[in-house]
Amino acid sequence: MSNPAFERIESDIKANPVVLYMKGTPVFPQCGFSARVVQILSHIGAPFKGVNVLEDAEIREGIKEYANWPTIPQLYVNGEFVGGCDIVMEMFQAGELQSMLKEQGIPVKDEG
Amino acid sequence: MQTRADRIVAALTRCFPPAEIAVVDDSHKHAHHAGARAEGETHYSVQVVSPAFAGQSRIARSRAAHAALAAEFATGLHALSLKLLTPEEAARG
Repeated sequence: MSNPAFERIESDIKANPVVLYMKGTPVFPQCGFSARVVQILSHIGAPFKGVNVLEDAEIREGIKEYANWPTIPQLYVNGEFVGGCDIVMEMFQAGELQSMLKEQGIPVKDEG
Repeated sequence: MQTRADRIVAALTRCFPPAEIAVVDDSHKHAHHAGARAEGETHYSVQVVSPAFAGQSRIARSRAAHAALAAEFATGLHALSLKLLTPEEAARG
């Protein structure tokens, strides 16, 4: 574990069941792709912690290397990388995001 | 002169044969945003339909596409929206 960002990332994704590395904050996303994931998580009522990579250059670069994934946003559930905007969107549309979160013990709204 | 879109098509064709590929340059929609460059060629939407994706998870498919396009990420490709389907999934719509 040579990258000092990795330790911070690991402690964050272990301490918080759902973490979204994003540009901007959940209230003020500064990128359309990040905004879309925030919208989906809010829609299904899943509580999450947003980490604004624009405020932290070390995390911004480190997270790409950590997940071996070149873009942001990145969603983590119980320490595991789930995907970026496209994957979260596809899983949501297929109903898989909701069922995966439930299985992982994350509270989500039941769709009426 | 080859555009980045041309290079994306060429790289994906090489990595996922036989593939049907559609690339859209969305850079103009993101002009003046973070990651945009005056010369454009930063934001793309790509759809690839290939039997090479059969049996692969969403993350594995995306990672394979990212790897195929590593040279583009290294030279200013900033955002890449991916739709990666097998021919069967594409036929289902």
